[in-house]
Order: sequence, then C-alpha cells, then structure tokens
Amino acid sequence: MKVLMPTLLLVAMGTAQAAPIAMEDQSQLKVPGVQAAPQFVPPAESAIPDNAFGKMVREGHALFVDTRRLMPDAVGNGLNCSNCHLDQGRLAHSAPLWGAYPMYPAYRKKNDKVNTFAERIQGCFTFSMNGKPPAADSPQMTALSVYAYWLSTQAPTGVEIAGRGYPEVPKPEGGYDFKRGKQVYEEQCAICHGGNGEGQKVAGEYVMPPLWGKDSYNWGAGMHRINTAASYIKYNMPLGKPRSLSDQQAWDVAAWINRHERPQDPRLVEGSIEKTRLKFHANDGVNLYGQKVDGVLIGQGIGG
Amino acid sequence: MKPLSHVVIGSLLILAWPSAHAADGQKIFNQGGQNPAAMACLGCHGPDGKGIAAAGFPRLAGLPAGYLSKQLHDFRNGSRKQAVMEPLAKALDDAEIEAVSAYLAKLPADAAADTRRQQIANDPVARLAIYGDWNRLIPGCVQCHGPGGSGVGEHFPPLAGQPAGYLVAQLNAWRDGSRSNDPNQLMVNVAKAMTDAEVKAVADYFAQPASQEVKP
Repeated sequence: MKVLMPTLLLVAMGTAQAAPIAMEDQSQLKVPGVQAAPQFVPPAESAIPDNAFGKMVREGHALFVDTRRLMPDAVGNGLNCSNCHLDQGRLAHSAPLWGAYPMYPAYRKKNDKVNTFAERIQGCFTFSMNGKPPAADSPQMTALSVYAYWLSTQAPTGVEIAGRGYPEVPKPEGGYDFKRGKQVYEEQCAICHGGNGEGQKVAGEYVMPPLWGKDSYNWGAGMHRINTAASYIKYNMPLGKPRSLSDQQAWDVAAWINRHERPQDPRLVEGSIEKTRLKFHANDGVNLYGQKVDGVLIGQGIGG
Repeated sequence: MKPLSHVVIGSLLILAWPSAHAADGQKIFNQGGQNPAAMACLGCHGPDGKGIAAAGFPRLAGLPAGYLSKQLHDFRNGSRKQAVMEPLAKALDDAEIEAVSAYLAKLPADAAADTRRQQIANDPVARLAIYGDWNRLIPGCVQCHGPGGSGVGEHFPPLAGQPAGYLVAQLNAWRDGSRSNDPNQLMVNVAKAMTDAEVKAVADYFAQPASQEVKP
C-alpha cells in the first residue's frame, strides 16, 4: 500500500499535467517522471503525401537524421538532431518533435521572448549543435519545421501531451557522485562513446556521438544540465535498453559526462566565465558551469 | 608405459611453448596452429578469408582484431557455442589467437555500401535495418554496426559481406541462448524481439549490398 499510494498520486499528477497550460516558460520543460502512457502516434511514413508538401517532409527528415553532413555550415560539432531525439524525432520520452511543435510559439526565459518554432530550432543549432543557425525563413529551416509539423499531425496545440520532452528523474537524496558516475560510464557507455567521450567514427563520420570535447554540445545547451542529461539517459540509454539504469546511476553518469570540458557558451559575457555563470547558469537547473571541481574551474571551453 | 616425469615434463614444455615461440598469424591461417586440432582457417573461411557464402561460413577478413580475439576466447569459455569452432579455439594458445586475429584484421575486405540514414525508408526491411522499430526497442542495425553495416570499433562487427546464412545463424543463436557473449547484453534482446521473417530479411539485406537503398 505504501508503494501504491505514491504511484496513485503520480498518476493523478500526470492527469493534472495533461490539462492545457498557456505560455509557461518552455526553456526547461517540466515533465513529470511518471505519467500517463503516451497515446499520441505520429503518422506513418507511408502517409506522406506525394506532393510539394510531402517532398518538404522528406527533405526535413533527411536534415534531421543526417544534419552534420547536410548542413555543414550550420553544425559546428559532430552531432545530428537525431542523436538527442531518437527514432527520427518520433520516440516518446525522447523529446519527440510532436511534443514540441504544437507548443509553439512559446515564451522562453532562456532568451526572454516569445519564440516561434523556427527560433526554437535556431536555439538547437546555436547550443546543442554549437553552430550557426540558418535564417528562420531559409529553405532548411522550413524543411525542418515542415517535418515537425507533419509528425504532429492531429496533435492538439498548446497541450503538454504525454511523452513530450524527457521525463524528470528526481535528484537522489544523496546527490550525485563523480566516482560512481565514472564507473557507470566505463561499464555502460564507453563501449560506444569511447573512454574519453570522444564518440566513434567510420570513414571520418561520427556513428556514435561525442559526449564531451570539441565536437559535442556546448556549455549553453540544455544537455549540459545534469538533471536534463540524467532524464535523457534514464529514458533513452543505453540504446535499446532504456530505464535499465537506476535514478542514481543516471544522475551519477550525467554528472560525470557534464563535468568535462566542451565548447564555450556562445553567450559568454565580456569574456568572463563568472559573469556568464551569474547571468545564464546560476538559475538553470543543476549544472557545473563556472564552478570548481577538484580545484579546476569548469566552463573554460574547448576547441574552436 | 611412460614414466610420470616424462608426462609432466612434456606438459610443462607444452605450457611453456606459447611464450617460447612467436606465433605466425599467416601460417595459422594457411596451415593451422601448433596443435594439429587447430586446423587452418582458410579451409572453411576461404583463401581470402571472405567466407564461403553457400555454406554460411563467415567472413573473417578485415574484422577488428579485438573482436576476433574475443570470439576465439569465447568459443573456449563457452559463452559462444559452435560445434566446429569450440575444439578448434581450444587448440589455439593465447599467442596464436592474438597472431591470427591480427593477421585476419589486415586482410582486405570489400567496402560496405555507402548507405546513409537519410531517406525515409518505405521498404519495411530497410526501415528496420536503418531506423529500427522502437515500439519493440529495436534500434536500427546501422546505428551500432555503422553505415551499410560497415562495423564500428572493436565491439560492433561488420554485417556487410557476411553470408546471410551466417547472420541468420547468429541472430538465432542469441535467441536460443547458444550465443551469449555480447557486451552488456546489447544484442540478445534485439534478436529476441525480431520475428523469424525479419531475421531472414535483415540477413539478406546486409548479405547483398546490391539490395540496399541507393544513395540519394
């Protein structure tokens, strides 16, 4: 019974969360950890119409899964959209596009304005892809938006539907531990992502994405938050074995990954890590930017 | 009857042998190991090490040395069961395993098809191979085994250029438990989630590069 009660409470919360909420801050999604099973099913590929719109859906899909190769001017690291949004942006609990598109336009504290969906994708390019976003009205941005719109076919707008974002993994009571995180990393992650988070390439192209270093997401990306990375990891990693790590393991390994250097936050304030920390990181979830770990300042940036 | 001391000395000599001789990978491949039970690889795997498709004997040429070495050790310790290879691997010593693995890794192999995760796959087999089926927690094969099944690093062997019969046999070995040597059990659940028809179709897909989706 003791076990049942919290479960019921959480289920009840899940229902409450499903109610429409207008214009909440969409910078860091608040997604309950346990929620109603995702009901929404994005359309099948066979449903893509054979016309100009369908052609654009296919183009957007290609950019989404092969971003780095097809948009070399926009992507400054070794990542593709589909590295953080599994199954071509379709998978529930993996920040599916059908959970994001219908929530825009939306206010984001991150840039303190109401963003269009195109502006939201531009944020991905600036931070997660450490690159230079294409113009909002560029053919590439249109293609990506069309693909997201198509995946959201028949989804309600302005509703936080179950399965969006990454479900929250509550911070363990004892916090996180780098040493344990390193062990989880070496046992579970290094086989694909390499002993130094460097990822793995075939013929010069990344197959398994780098998790830190110059070719990974920068210090301004949402994934640099330990809480966000823990959520992503718990529900999506290792590939094909979601939910196999405990909450504690997810936090520990997220902390281990996010204590490593990566490209500088492009919003760097007057060249000062401390000023950048105060302005952008002090109230941004759980992160290590601008803090000292083992006497070393984190957030110095790496690569060009 | 031999005095016991002779048997002991003989055994000691055999035990000491691995460190005493420099194993020759090419010789093991062509002629077999020191122990006559360690037969030459080329007999079944072909003179070029590319396997014999009709018999389902796998390609070894160009596979990562670490992967080959692990398989030979796993045939020895039983985490990979195969009637022909088990006694053969047991007849190889550690130095011989290292040497023949290194030799095989350097043998030239045909390049995998330059397939990209780019086109929306309308064909269900290509879709499974490239994108997987996440309702059943099946990642796309190429997400771990590389574009066109090229193989990635030491742990994710090439699928391209392997005989379909071999790939089917391996997937079925994971499903029935006779193969359980996948690191972190990354493969066993994927294999178990697949249907018989999918196992056969995906094996054909990687065995025949010509059937792969064309590059846009």
